[in-house]
Amino acid sequence: MTGLCHVTQRGEGRAKQESGGEEKGFRMKRRDWLKTVCATGGATLAATGLRAAEPAEAQPVSDRVGVLVDTTKCIGCRMCEFACARANDLPEPEQQIDRAVRRDTTPDQWTVVNRYETEQGVVYRKQQCMHCLQPACASACLTKAMYRTPDGPVIWRESKCMGCRFCMVSCPFDVPKFEYDSPVPKIQKCQLCWSRLQEGEQPACVAGCPTGALKFGKRRDLLDEARDRIYHAPDKYVHHVYGEGEVGGTTWLYLSPVPFDQLGLRTDIGNTAFPTYTREFLYAVPLVLTLAPPFLLALSRASRAREVAEEEGEGGEA
Amino acid sequence: MHLVDGPRPDLRAEARRFGRFMLQELKPKGPLLTPFNVITGAIILLSAVLLTIRFTKGLGAITNLSQDVPWGLWIGFDVITGVAFAGGAYVIVFMVYIMGQEKYHPIVRVTVLNGFLAYVFYAGALLLDLGRPWNVINPVIGNSFGVSSVLFLVAWHFMLYMFAQFVEFSPAVAEWLGWKRVRKVLGAMTLGAAIFGITLSILHQSGLGALYLMARDKVHPLWYSEFIPILFLVSSIFAGLSLVIFEGSITHKVFHHRVGRRLAATHGDIVRGLARICAGAMFVYLFAQILVFVHGQRWEYLGTGLGWWYLLELVGFVAVPAGLYIYGFRNNRVPVIRVAAALALVGIVLNRLNVTVIGFKWYAAQRYVPTWMEIVVTLAVISAELWVFRWVINRMPVLDFDMSESGHAQEREERAGVVAA
Repeated sequence: MTGLCHVTQRGEGRAKQESGGEEKGFRMKRRDWLKTVCATGGATLAATGLRAAEPAEAQPVSDRVGVLVDTTKCIGCRMCEFACARANDLPEPEQQIDRAVRRDTTPDQWTVVNRYETEQGVVYRKQQCMHCLQPACASACLTKAMYRTPDGPVIWRESKCMGCRFCMVSCPFDVPKFEYDSPVPKIQKCQLCWSRLQEGEQPACVAGCPTGALKFGKRRDLLDEARDRIYHAPDKYVHHVYGEGEVGGTTWLYLSPVPFDQLGLRTDIGNTAFPTYTREFLYAVPLVLTLAPPFLLALSRASRAREVAEEEGEGGEA
Repeated sequence: MHLVDGPRPDLRAEARRFGRFMLQELKPKGPLLTPFNVITGAIILLSAVLLTIRFTKGLGAITNLSQDVPWGLWIGFDVITGVAFAGGAYVIVFMVYIMGQEKYHPIVRVTVLNGFLAYVFYAGALLLDLGRPWNVINPVIGNSFGVSSVLFLVAWHFMLYMFAQFVEFSPAVAEWLGWKRVRKVLGAMTLGAAIFGITLSILHQSGLGALYLMARDKVHPLWYSEFIPILFLVSSIFAGLSLVIFEGSITHKVFHHRVGRRLAATHGDIVRGLARICAGAMFVYLFAQILVFVHGQRWEYLGTGLGWWYLLELVGFVAVPAGLYIYGFRNNRVPVIRVAAALALVGIVLNRLNVTVIGFKWYAAQRYVPTWMEIVVTLAVISAELWVFRWVINRMPVLDFDMSESGHAQEREERAGVVAA
């Protein structure tokens, strides 16, 4: 800020010398421009804050955890749903469900398995938070309640959240769910059993899967494994790992025997990480904050000088 | 009354006098049982009941919000449209304090008051929509700065801008209280507050659009583009000025006894000037919209229902009022200008709702329609704002004030004094 003060001071000084005789008419108001300069300084401070905002990569992406879902192995038994509910103190899912109805996750059911009729017959897909590598929800959160932990899971922190639901607006997968029927509502979604991971355990759903359709590990290794499976059974799989590049990469990776849109996965969301879409705007903020005030000040000075000149001209004639 | 001035005042007597003055001023002026008061009063009472339900049972009890549509009328209309309407304050402040256009000086206070109250009430309505409003201080006190969030920027700018607007308006408060020395200090802060406020406005008017940049797959392609921030900023110029024109035509009828001689004499001239600026801004906006449309190759959507809706918004409520504005100021027809202002305001409401509510998740099977309770609460917010607006207008020098002491005029008079001497 001091640096800025100096610059502006010098600028003012130069302006004074150049304007020479006319300068007297300005009646330099020291306090006046000091105020503006301070406002500019404050803006600069805010701007540096924004600069620092860029999410720091605490851990290299290769160290992140991941889960590989092989939909060819899923039998739709929903054991993962029950395991999830038990591990997270959620109400037990209904035993009998109508398989024809497409279910979505809810505030008290963080994962669901849906049945899809595809060109290859029935395929089941487990659905939950994708835990993006660069999550839209976390970059949208103004209190950092939605937070991507260094090892990958995107968690929600109750003490910080103000319930604005901007995470829900931003999430490309519509994952965060809000408790509309509670006076003390929470945002609910899969946390990838973050607390279990801290104790060296697997996510509950993975541990509860009887068929090996879910596999937990380092994301890098799982990607290798997924490619390996495709390589060894090229007729069995679509040659793409969903989540490898989608929205900049996700923690959850899917293998499928059919194109992914037949499994209800959005294939139109692109490979760009969602925070990128607001980055340009946020970069413009410090620029505007620092450039607009001096520009406006100069404009105001200029228009005032013109006015004074006009008045003087009139006065002279009279 | 002279709390600051005068030789060594007896503080206690002054405080008593101040208390009596405040009590006197707090009393309503004029009859209580007018149709306006009865209706708005009933709305406010009803919404108090509704809000009690909302805060004990949760948002779902009185709103139609869902997991699919997390933001409804309260955000889309109250906050996003309301703030666009409040844009007149920064435009008028820019013209008066930065460009030195003295012509608009008589309306600067009423516009800033309007803007300030709009922010307090409409942005304040945000608190009703927050699920966990007690945590609203989190991004302020610094224990969790979500600096990569556009909403963080918008929230901070709302707060700072409210402060800047209060500083801009504060001379009127000081004059009302008779604090002359305070008035002088506050008056000297006006230019700084104006510059700061304009900068903040540029950023958060566009920031409201930037909120939807990550909802790229959810907003209808006709309303989504990466240029939403710029479109929001440009449209806030004529949204704000149209509201100034619209509000002015009502204010001058309702509060004609408070309107100063200078404002009464020049109001038609001011309105024509504003109409011209509006028309200019609207053509820039139309041009930008067409560029976005052509560049984004959105032709295929035009034949659909929402395509016609889009055309109606842009032709019926932007192009037509822009033409009416031009006709109005060319032919000196203030009533035409007022119609144009009303149409332009409808256009802004349409645009903001199309981005935030109508075009949001346009593909979903279940569409969001607000409950009557959401609408009542919205009306209550507007009613409460009008009550405060009326209270201030009837007491403080807003529509009639001495312009000589502030900004350019002051300096000019000083100069005039020097020249005369």
